Amino acid sequence: MSDRFKPAAQILKDNNYDSAKLIPILQKVQDAYHFLPEDVMRYIANELNISPAKVFGVATFFAHFAITPKGKHIIRVCNGTACHVKGSAGIIDAVKKKLKLKDGQETTEDLLFTLECVSCLGACGLAPVMVVDDVVHGQVTPAKAEELLDEVIKAEAK
Amino acid sequence: MATKDIAKIAKDFNDAYKNIKHRIVICGGTGCIAGGSLDVYKAFQTEMEKRNLPCSVEVTKGCRENYLSLSGCRGFCAQGPLVSVGDIFYTKVKVADVPEIIEKTLLKGEVIDRLLYHNPANNQKSKTVADIPFYAKQQRILLADCGRINPEDINEYIAHGGYAQAKRIYLEMTPEQVCKEMIKSGLRGRGGGGFPTGKKWEFARIEPEGKKYVICNADEGDPGAFMDRSVMEGNPNAVLEGMMIAAHAIGADEGYIYVRMEYPLAIKRIRKAIEEAEALGILGENVFGSGKNFKINVMEGAGASVCGEETALIASVDGMPKVKPPFPAHSGLFGKPTVINNVETLATVAKIFEMGPENFAKIGPATSPGTKTFAVTGHIANTGLVEVPMGTTLRQVINDVAGGTTNSDGTVNPEAFKAAQIGGPSGGCLTKEHFDVPLDFDSLKSAGAMVGSGGLVVMNEKTCMVNVARFFLEFTKRESCGKCVPCREGTDQMLSLLTDICEGRGTMKTLETLEDLAKAVQKSSLCALGKTAPNPVLSTLKYFKDEYLAHVVEKRCPAGVCKALAKYEIDPAKCKGCGMCKRACPVQAITGAVGKPHVIDPKKCIKCGSCKSTCKFGAVKIGA
Ligand SMILES: Cc1cc2nc3c(=O)[nH]c(=O)nc-3n(C[C@H](O)[C@H](O)[C@H](O)COP(=O)(O)O)c2cc1C
Ligand code: SF4
Ligand code: SF4
Ligand code: SF4
Ligand code: FES
Ligand code: FES
Repeated sequence: MSDRFKPAAQILKDNNYDSAKLIPILQKVQDAYHFLPEDVMRYIANELNISPAKVFGVATFFAHFAITPKGKHIIRVCNGTACHVKGSAGIIDAVKKKLKLKDGQETTEDLLFTLECVSCLGACGLAPVMVVDDVVHGQVTPAKAEELLDEVIKAEAK
Repeated sequence: MATKDIAKIAKDFNDAYKNIKHRIVICGGTGCIAGGSLDVYKAFQTEMEKRNLPCSVEVTKGCRENYLSLSGCRGFCAQGPLVSVGDIFYTKVKVADVPEIIEKTLLKGEVIDRLLYHNPANNQKSKTVADIPFYAKQQRILLADCGRINPEDINEYIAHGGYAQAKRIYLEMTPEQVCKEMIKSGLRGRGGGGFPTGKKWEFARIEPEGKKYVICNADEGDPGAFMDRSVMEGNPNAVLEGMMIAAHAIGADEGYIYVRMEYPLAIKRIRKAIEEAEALGILGENVFGSGKNFKINVMEGAGASVCGEETALIASVDGMPKVKPPFPAHSGLFGKPTVINNVETLATVAKIFEMGPENFAKIGPATSPGTKTFAVTGHIANTGLVEVPMGTTLRQVINDVAGGTTNSDGTVNPEAFKAAQIGGPSGGCLTKEHFDVPLDFDSLKSAGAMVGSGGLVVMNEKTCMVNVARFFLEFTKRESCGKCVPCREGTDQMLSLLTDICEGRGTMKTLETLEDLAKAVQKSSLCALGKTAPNPVLSTLKYFKDEYLAHVVEKRCPAGVCKALAKYEIDPAKCKGCGMCKRACPVQAITGAVGKPHVIDPKKCIKCGSCKSTCKFGAVKIGA
């Protein structure tokens, strides 16, 4: 077996090759690979004795799974209701503009950033909310969003 | 394993607790953690060490006189991080404040004025929780212990009477009696549907099959609501105890908690509580020596909100969403009889038995008794969790408890209220005319609205209701599982009609089509996600027809939100003629001489907004 599939093999083993645990398996695989590469999904289907279509089906149904590579830094802007009415659209626009993301594009060409728009992080009291690499920032303005990105960019340049 | 004696656990805890002179509670809910409360907690630890102050972080035999603990969400997240020292309640606490809090408040009992909650409405400061109108005007039953107890210490839950009801019920009551008592309490499901919980249990109880399941629905699919998250983070054992009682009532020996994975902290605390309960033999085999077994598994949802709908949820524990009937009480998880209840519903159960079902039934209106928790967000002075008796009016919730509607700059202005969206994407909007309708299942239904799950988003005049309807449709379209045509195609079509309206391409015909389509989707979708998806459209069409008309007839967005309809103007009184906007404009729509007010040519303007974000003097405005 090539090294590439080793993490997936371990995860399958930990779950007793139980196809009923497909969702938790894919969650762990995504943690290990940062996304769900097609070859790994085929490998999982094969090992679990289910069709690749079933695995792709689950992977594309749930918003949490990603089938394309993600950037090094994950920027999540909440667009739940509370954040929406407090102006999250302006923050999304500002981030897109700053990162030069086209409509529909999530990850920057240099794979440095991925922008995800999520529905409610449960911190609505702080709306609008933006999360930079798991650090939650509340009451964000478009200007503050740009500052936060600048900090990451600056740290990367070092 | 035999269950440990909970009376002894409670006594040991209370004995140990007598050593404690000062308790410092730092809010460890998602909101406050986001504001840095864990660093504040650490700062307390280090500072106490530095000063050699005796401090414990656990209540155990021989614990020391200062006790430092985290709590779950106290429902006042916008004021976080929250810290209380005894009764004294501090808001927006930073790491830098910690030495002063120890020096003055802990050691000398002095109050630090600057950290007290300051009520913007009357300029008063409050020293304790009881003095703050936001708390004083609530009736906290479900949330009573959230924010008071340490959610990661099962012993404290037990010392507050926890698991005593489960024990009594397992040992002294028959399943039939439990169902009867629940029916007597009148509790109706808090997940949105309002189905009587006792009846739901009774249906499952009379099913003959051996294996049955209890599922706790912790998917909290309404984006912008966090009642369930707060309960799980703040008092996870209450959820477990409710599930145990439900299990006894229907004869189940296994339960699942289905939590959305966006709630890592809730998942962590629930898992910890399960571990602790298992270690004490409260969960597991032969619980309380009753001969019955009960175990609880945690499932993490992967971000599809349709899974909050009960049949889809069952399917997603099994594999993939599918369609009803049969209803879950008859054939649910793995084809077995299953009871699904919402987190809030389950967490209320032990409280009902503690106070007595008759007493619970006396709170609020007879047909919807008890209290309900609302997550009040949006343009409101005090964003947070509000627990009030059912039947409280919108006016009381918004103006009295939550401090009133705010302008977009945050200043309180009750007059600015426009609408409140209740129940999220499957809900509808309440307007000024609903201000005095009691918030309970039946009153709202007859007013053409609903209680929903408890998300209550307050919107001020600067909110465009067409945009709001479009926002919800965007959400439901994304969430539609695609199995049936009316919902899959219908949400897509409704969304593009709404987009047309927001972007100035709408006509009267568009409005008509939208309404017809909404009604068709409502009627013919297979599951409740599709059936309820048109609600925001229909309710905004009903109450804000004028606003839709302004968009289609006058091509105007009265709230100035829809970008494509915005009219950019320069206020000559504010314009300094610096020329920055002229340079920023991609289509040379702005003219003017240096030092003189500039003007925008509406025919050339493509409404990109660059001028507005460039102008340092706030001279560019969006006219309606
Ligand atoms: C689209 C849709 C989403 C739902 N999402 C949730 C949810 O996130 N949490 C929840 O408890 N109930 C949700 N429900 C309601 C559940 O189907 C179910 O009625 C509820 O969990 C039953 O519990 P209760 O009787 O305690 O309210 C949803 C319903 C629909 C139609
Ligand atoms: S109504 Fe929507 S979510 Fe429900 S089954 Fe049909 S497509 Fe799926
Ligand atoms: S940037 Fe502002 S102040 Fe300067 S010319 Fe434009 S509108 Fe006037
Ligand atoms: S909105 Fe854009 S196009 Fe219109 S005047 Fe301003 S900068 Fe120019
Ligand atoms: S809506 Fe953004 S955190 Fe809840
Ligand atoms: S998280 Fe602290 S009050 Fe909500």
